[in-house]
Amino acid sequence: MAAEMEPPPLGDAGQTDFREIEDGEGFFVSTVTILESPEPSSPDPPSMPAEGISTNGPKQEDISLDDDPEDLFAEATEEVSLDSPEREPILSDGPSPAITPVTPTAMLTPRMGLGTAEMFERSLDELEEDESGDTFDMHIAVSDPEKVGTFNTTSMTIFSKNETTVRRRFSDFLGLHSKLASRYLHIGYIVPPAPEKSIVGMTKVKVGKEDLSSAEFVEKRRSALERYLMRTVKHPILLKDPDVMMFLESSELPRAVSTQALSGAGILRMVNKAADAVNKMTIKMNESDAWFEEKHQQFENLDLQLRKLHASVECLVCHRKELSVNTASFAKSAAMLGNSEDHTALSRALSQLAEVEEKIDQLHQDQAYADFYLFSELLGDYVRLITAVKGVFDHRMKTWSKWQDTQLLLQKKREAESKLQFANKPDKLQQAQDEIKELEGKVQQGEKDFELISKTIRKEVSRFEKERVKDFKVVIIKYLESLVQTQQQVQHIWVWIPIGSVVGE
Amino acid sequence: MYLLWDSWCGVCFQKLANIDLQHTICTFLLYIYIFYITIMTSTIDDSDKEKALSVSVDLNNDTSLLIDIPDALCERDKVKFTVHTKTTLSSFQKPDFSVPRQHEDFIWLHDALVETEDYAGLIIPPAPPKPDFESPREKMHKLGEGEATMTKEEYTKMKQELEAEYLAVFKKTVQVHEVFLQRLSSHPVLSKDRNFQIFLEYDQDLSVRRKNAKETFGSFFKNMVKSADEVIISGIKEVDDFFEQEKTFLLDYSSKIKDSTARAEKMTRSHKNIADDYIHISSTLSSVSVDDNTALKKHFEKLSDLFEKLRKVEGRVASDQELKLTELLRYYMRDIQAAKDLLYRRARTLADYENSNKALGKARLKSKDVAAAEEQQQQCLQRFNKLSESGKRELTSFKGRRVVAFRKNLIEMAELEIKHAKNNMSLLQDCIELFKSS
Repeated sequence: MAAEMEPPPLGDAGQTDFREIEDGEGFFVSTVTILESPEPSSPDPPSMPAEGISTNGPKQEDISLDDDPEDLFAEATEEVSLDSPEREPILSDGPSPAITPVTPTAMLTPRMGLGTAEMFERSLDELEEDESGDTFDMHIAVSDPEKVGTFNTTSMTIFSKNETTVRRRFSDFLGLHSKLASRYLHIGYIVPPAPEKSIVGMTKVKVGKEDLSSAEFVEKRRSALERYLMRTVKHPILLKDPDVMMFLESSELPRAVSTQALSGAGILRMVNKAADAVNKMTIKMNESDAWFEEKHQQFENLDLQLRKLHASVECLVCHRKELSVNTASFAKSAAMLGNSEDHTALSRALSQLAEVEEKIDQLHQDQAYADFYLFSELLGDYVRLITAVKGVFDHRMKTWSKWQDTQLLLQKKREAESKLQFANKPDKLQQAQDEIKELEGKVQQGEKDFELISKTIRKEVSRFEKERVKDFKVVIIKYLESLVQTQQQVQHIWVWIPIGSVVGE
Repeated sequence: MYLLWDSWCGVCFQKLANIDLQHTICTFLLYIYIFYITIMTSTIDDSDKEKALSVSVDLNNDTSLLIDIPDALCERDKVKFTVHTKTTLSSFQKPDFSVPRQHEDFIWLHDALVETEDYAGLIIPPAPPKPDFESPREKMHKLGEGEATMTKEEYTKMKQELEAEYLAVFKKTVQVHEVFLQRLSSHPVLSKDRNFQIFLEYDQDLSVRRKNAKETFGSFFKNMVKSADEVIISGIKEVDDFFEQEKTFLLDYSSKIKDSTARAEKMTRSHKNIADDYIHISSTLSSVSVDDNTALKKHFEKLSDLFEKLRKVEGRVASDQELKLTELLRYYMRDIQAAKDLLYRRARTLADYENSNKALGKARLKSKDVAAAEEQQQQCLQRFNKLSESGKRELTSFKGRRVVAFRKNLIEMAELEIKHAKNNMSLLQDCIELFKSS
């Protein structure tokens, strides 16, 4: 992928080699090496030889939501050499069902022939750094998912005052997240969760179905990745993390193997998760700090409510889509009715009605998109974020319990030592005393850790709340404005009937 | 009287509030409750009624015979209508009277008119459809099942919504029956029909005159014959251009309008679903806001309010669309069927005429019964001509009626949509203002 600094698809003109992002998950063999992908880029007419510096002005806009999913759908003809031995089926963690190993191999063979490659290209907009270095504005736009081999790659651009584009695969995102999580979660930082893998969606995409649902899936994923990155870089600590920097800048990343669910790391993760769940039930923390108790409760409630709200909004999206479909079918039938009507004026009126309804149907569809991308996705993101927050609280509990355990151990050792003193065994005594010193150190450390994590969590939670307020406000205003827009359009559209009112004498 | 009803209402309502959704009892009480509401609202809601009646435009302009259905009672599955007549005609015994009637009585009247030979050349107004409470009943059932997962206010709101729906179905069925009678009374010939008079006046139960088993079977058989007719019709060579055109047009149009009606129904139902979704969203938002203690608390409250208001508007949009578009299409679907029936009858007489011609020819050949055959042929010809003449008149006026009704309804619907959109917009913009300012 070294050569893959494909500049962002300018104007997306006829990028026939846009492929969809394919996740290393699902059936895909993560074996596809990226090197082969130059193939697809060659037929790409607008591709500039420039090295991943997208200089166009317009690109600097936050193209986040505007990227045309239509681009995504060209099948690549590339051949990618599948050589790697690791043919592990990739399972998605979380809710998606596990795939039995049988399937991936079955999928492998056809894949090898096609070797559709997928890449996501994301271009990030500029990063301006303030003098203070604390606050900065970064816009990340994830654009032009491309199918390149069996991985997704996306381009991301970032860096001081410049725009750079890099290509990253979906698994890279997951890799980044897992690194950040392992580094920061347990000391109390709220790490934004990455978008989930989805087997169904990916299969559709990989199989090359160019229908609406796979387009939607890609668009959904693209915007989810964008929001994920934006959240990550908004966090001042996370931004400074070297992995994040590397992710955003370097042209090539070591492949994130550990995101594959059935690999060693994946299994380890699952085991850990199970252990955590058990621990949570057994640890009874002595909560000395009422603030934590209250916050914990609050987040539990918020979680429940948001989930419910999310479900309702999804229902709304679904019904609106239905409405749009029904309106379209009614429009067609009204047109036919108009055709068969023999009174000319009425026939004209019915045809107009049909046109009106068609436009309304389009409106409904657009509104459904807005419903979804603005409202529903926001809620979904926050449901996941709150899970991360709860995870952080759990870590604190774990830290506390570790500390307590060490203390208990110290206690025991002290008792043992005092026994030894009476028994008068000098060497064992010495050993015991050394152990005690060590344990005392550990206890102190445990206490410090606990204090630290508590402090960090407090800061994080308040930052989180602030972000949440801002986020919700912004998105809700956008959503309401979209509703206003729709209503305005409705008015314009219906005006035609009385004006053209037609069945006139 | 009203006071009595009022207190009865109060009792009913209390009962409703206390009872847990025990299905049958609740629905029963609900029906009674609705009945009282209808009485009280039907007198107030005249303007609404007028709009609703616009599906058929040439109603009672002649004050010599005024018919309306001022109230109706719904028990279990049966609806009892009170048909009230005010007349200046001497053919009636009293100038002002009311009788209770059931849906089946209306059907009897319609069938009696259809079977009357003399009216073969007229378009008989289509019979009103059976009152159908299926959809609100289903929803009620679902509501009962989902009760556990909803908060109290959400549940109350959904119940209110459901009650409104029952009420709407109820009003619609009353109106459809009323329109049927009014079309009869405004028709120069049909209003004088003896059966019609009996229907209006006879103060005993009409069930003695209704179909017994044999007759029901007979009508079933007749329906089969009718479908055979459709085949005959398409086969018969038409002598008159006008009828030829009408035939082609009606056959085609009737299938298209059936299709449109079905799709319009789906569309309206989707609108209703969206309005219901808004209820859920609104109540969840309000519970979120209760727990929230950040700056978002107020926002969530406002948003919850907004959705509550929006859903009322959406509900109106759905019901207006139902009334103006779907009802219109449904009504004319039935009317077109009635017009087709007229064509069938005429075609049958044409077939009879041709048969009698053939019989005459044969008789002449055999020189037997010539006079009888001639007589037969003359009769057939006469009948055929009569039907053709009145048929032409009826069909032309039908077209005029239809065009006017469509126009009126489409314009009204467009205006209502614009009005509702404006409402929505102002609600939304107010909310946005509040959000931006705080």
